[in-house]
Amino acid sequence: MKSGFRLSFWLFLAPVLLWLFLLIVLPHIDLLLLSFRGENDMGDLVWTIDNYKNFFIEPIYWYTFVRTALYAIVTTLCTFVLALPVSFYIVKLARPRTRGFLTVLLLLPFWVSELVRVYGWMILLRESGVLNYFLLKTGLVQQPVEMLYNDVTMIMGLVYTSMLFMVVPLISAMESLDDSLIEAASDLEASRFTILRTIIIPHCKPGITSGAIVVFMLALGNYLTPNLMGGKNSLWFTEQIYNQFIASFNWNQGAAFGFLLLVLSSCIIWVGLKLSRHRLGEVAA
Amino acid sequence: MKKITLLTAACCFFMATAVQAETLKILTWKGYAPQVLIEKFEKDTGIKVEATYSNNEEMIAKLRATRGAGFDLAQPSQDRISSVQEKYKIYQPVDYGKIDAKLFIPSMLDAVKANTKVGGNSYAVPFCWGTSGLIVNSDKAAEADDWNALLDPQYKGRISYRLKRPTLIAMGYALGYDPFALYSDAKGYKEMLDKVAEEMIRTKPLVKNYWANGDALLESMRSGEVFVAMAWDNGGWKLHDENKAIDFKAPEKGALGWIDTFAIPAKAKNVDAAYKWINFMMAPENAAYFTSQEKVPTASLGANAHVSAEVRANFDRSFPKETIDNIKWYPPVPAKLEIMEGKILDKIKAAK
Amino acid sequence: MANDLSVGNLIRSFGDFTAVDNVSFDVPQGSFFSILGPSGCGKTTLLRMIAGFDEPSSGTITIRDQDMRGVPPNKRPVNLVFQHLALFPMMNVADNIAFGLKRRGMKSTEIVRRIEAILERVDLPGYGKKQIRQLSGGQKQRVAIARCLVMEPSVLLLDEPLGALDLKLREQMKVELKKLQAKVGTTFIYITHDQSEALVMSDHIAVMNEGRFEQVGSPRELYSEPQTPFVARFVGDNNVWSGEVVESGERLTVRTGEELLFTTRSHKSYAKGSRVDLFLRPEALRIEPTDTNDLNTFEVDVKTILFDGANSRLLTVMPGGHELLVSLPQNRQFDHIRPGDRILLGWHPDAGLCFKV
Ligand SMILES: Nc1ncnc2c1ncn2[C@@H]1O[C@H](COP(=O)(O)OP(=O)(O)OP(=O)(O)O)[C@@H](O)[C@H]1O
Ligand SMILES: [Mg+2]
Repeated sequence: MKSGFRLSFWLFLAPVLLWLFLLIVLPHIDLLLLSFRGENDMGDLVWTIDNYKNFFIEPIYWYTFVRTALYAIVTTLCTFVLALPVSFYIVKLARPRTRGFLTVLLLLPFWVSELVRVYGWMILLRESGVLNYFLLKTGLVQQPVEMLYNDVTMIMGLVYTSMLFMVVPLISAMESLDDSLIEAASDLEASRFTILRTIIIPHCKPGITSGAIVVFMLALGNYLTPNLMGGKNSLWFTEQIYNQFIASFNWNQGAAFGFLLLVLSSCIIWVGLKLSRHRLGEVAA
Repeated sequence: MKKITLLTAACCFFMATAVQAETLKILTWKGYAPQVLIEKFEKDTGIKVEATYSNNEEMIAKLRATRGAGFDLAQPSQDRISSVQEKYKIYQPVDYGKIDAKLFIPSMLDAVKANTKVGGNSYAVPFCWGTSGLIVNSDKAAEADDWNALLDPQYKGRISYRLKRPTLIAMGYALGYDPFALYSDAKGYKEMLDKVAEEMIRTKPLVKNYWANGDALLESMRSGEVFVAMAWDNGGWKLHDENKAIDFKAPEKGALGWIDTFAIPAKAKNVDAAYKWINFMMAPENAAYFTSQEKVPTASLGANAHVSAEVRANFDRSFPKETIDNIKWYPPVPAKLEIMEGKILDKIKAAK
Repeated sequence: MANDLSVGNLIRSFGDFTAVDNVSFDVPQGSFFSILGPSGCGKTTLLRMIAGFDEPSSGTITIRDQDMRGVPPNKRPVNLVFQHLALFPMMNVADNIAFGLKRRGMKSTEIVRRIEAILERVDLPGYGKKQIRQLSGGQKQRVAIARCLVMEPSVLLLDEPLGALDLKLREQMKVELKKLQAKVGTTFIYITHDQSEALVMSDHIAVMNEGRFEQVGSPRELYSEPQTPFVARFVGDNNVWSGEVVESGERLTVRTGEELLFTTRSHKSYAKGSRVDLFLRPEALRIEPTDTNDLNTFEVDVKTILFDGANSRLLTVMPGGHELLVSLPQNRQFDHIRPGDRILLGWHPDAGLCFKV
């Protein structure tokens, strides 16, 4: 009986493990090996941890990583702050017809590629762009303003790209929120903000967590938006990996950076989870 | 039963014909395989052409990832072949017997042969050439005539260039170095790069953006957002057709001359077709068509006669005799330089 | 005695549909006031307007002499126990109860003290640390009430709070709620569609039907003097005959479908020939009366005995097939009656009540 159960357990698990191994582990093994190889002074390939050491020794590398991670966190926060009222409106306030329409509206940008989306923003925001045209026409500005190539625009672009990935889990989390809980809180003299803080956010916590992880990873791993909209000051960590692979032909360094990105971002998420559980626990207390 | 055999036979037949339809996979730059010429070639030879657009770095990366498989023909710049070949062995030697030498400008064919020589074999034949220099809007920046213009505070916010290795070379010239002479002197080259980085970081506020996409740069010049840019000559000529104030200018210290080539990847499947394509493209009328379209001169010997008058006018205007003589041709890039340059480029981009 | 709540000419329409139709009533301080009505008659709608979650189309709501127009729910001195309780699942019992107090900015030591006191009151001492999902239905019930009571509202509104409980617990909670209300002295406005709940607990009951109040009164008044046929049908059990007035005067004589002649009373006098419904409580029927003077009498066959302890009844059929419920007296004097027996029934004319149809 018991061994029968174990056999079927393994039978079910086998495809999952196989899938994980073939699609996720295997392709990375080569890369992992690559990251521990490097040329010595004689130009021979040897085993080394220099590629990892470089990351910590060379200030621009970790500086770029820290910057990228911070901006990804800021993006996640901004996306959350924007997505919360949007999803609340869609779930609780909009009528069924408007609801479908709004959801489609949110999906719409994703029917074109990210490149097209980014160029769309660039056409809108550039110095000779649509927005400046109207600002000049209405006399709000005398000189066209360059709205591209700065960090604020870049974050806006990232938030725009990530919005859907926060809104969808929030919507599904909020759908299970009973209206009477909100009314009960209001009946117990809570203000709107308190209701948000003590009822809605704790209820949506699973949705917020999954949304935040997806958005954070997407922002961290984004290449086009920071590169095209961020302009000259925004070296993104992914770009650095790309540069190592493509421009410097240094695949070993690139592979090491890739793994550092994987490990460090996992650490950040882990810390974030720890912190938020703690904090959310306090909120509920 | 009979039906099934018939069906299998039919299937086999179709599969056989599918295999028979030869394809030629080219890894090249945008515009280097014009649709008209692809169709003509397909009609002449029955070989289907599939072109993938790329740039030097990505071409090398792609071929390196597959160890020279997946494509039948590549078109890297001549200076990026020998060191790459030495290290990664991604090309195969060119069989010059299969090349119709009469179609080439002899000096150029010889130069490319010499520059791509690795261990007794040569790995490329020339296709086209051009220069990097300045594109200037003379209404707004009449005095811009040398690389220094890219560092000039009076064009604050109106300067644009790529953040790629040619820019480092150009800046080297602007700061009074001779970068190509320093190629063989790693220490001297490093010193130059450090100085260049310092200067580029200092003048970062002057730069509007580091352009990444040629069409996007042309749009910024067209709309007047950018006055001075480092770019390829043909881009400047394209703009000149629309607006006479904008034109390509060879810098006084000399434009940077490049030659793009044909090279055959190590594991090319259809080598014969590759040679056919090379000879086809170098035929004077085809090369001339390409030049008229893209405003890029080729190494084809008789093509000039077939090139349209305006395109030749561009060339004559921008390149008088002494300017041509002053072109600084890229020598082959020694290994290791790229890692050094990569670091510097990251540093510049990351700086505030 | 002052009124805690006054409602005047309150109307709430959803499009063409009027959910609450011109309702007026006053609730005296400290009383247990029930609103009784069938499902969908507009009870919740009425309560939500009092709590402030819904705006009346017209009419006034006054709580402790303050007009509530435009006052948001979190500023009203009333609290609502929701139909499905709406306890906060992300908080434990103590946090649920503390929720409203914290909003008032009360000191935490004081909050702790009050939580303990109120838990004591609802018989859940020491339950503060429990999670909501660990509670039984009845305990949840009491936490929900405690959460509102701790706010010391002028009026506590309860929307069918026993609806989700099983029968046994419901019986028990009925009594407990009544006791609790007597203990704390807060005005309760209690909504239910269960007439026995309303009768047991309330000081006053309003019977609601299709958005209107049919009658407001004490349980006894409603039971013995229903003012409308709806109330007569809805409150308590009643036997009904339809018939025709054959003689009108101080008493009416009514001929039923079975051609029986009954003398009975009505609130108004009806002309000869009017169609009426005659209502008679099961306990008004006397079995085998010894003295039949002044009584309406007739014979029936016993169909079954509905044994229910002290509340046992006979289900009988008249010759025409009309069924009647007859209460059995508790002294076991009629234990000999078997199904199929023919028995004589009699009732006093004052026990019946006629309404024109
Ligand atoms: N927002 C609304 N829009 C339209 N009609 C509504 C709305 N809310 C309630 N109604 C209608 O008003 C009537 C009364 O509803 P209400 O919820 O007050 O009933 P209730 O007496 O509480 O019933 P129950 O005992 O089943 O809870 C119902 O017919 C309902 O369909
Ligand atoms: Mg209800």
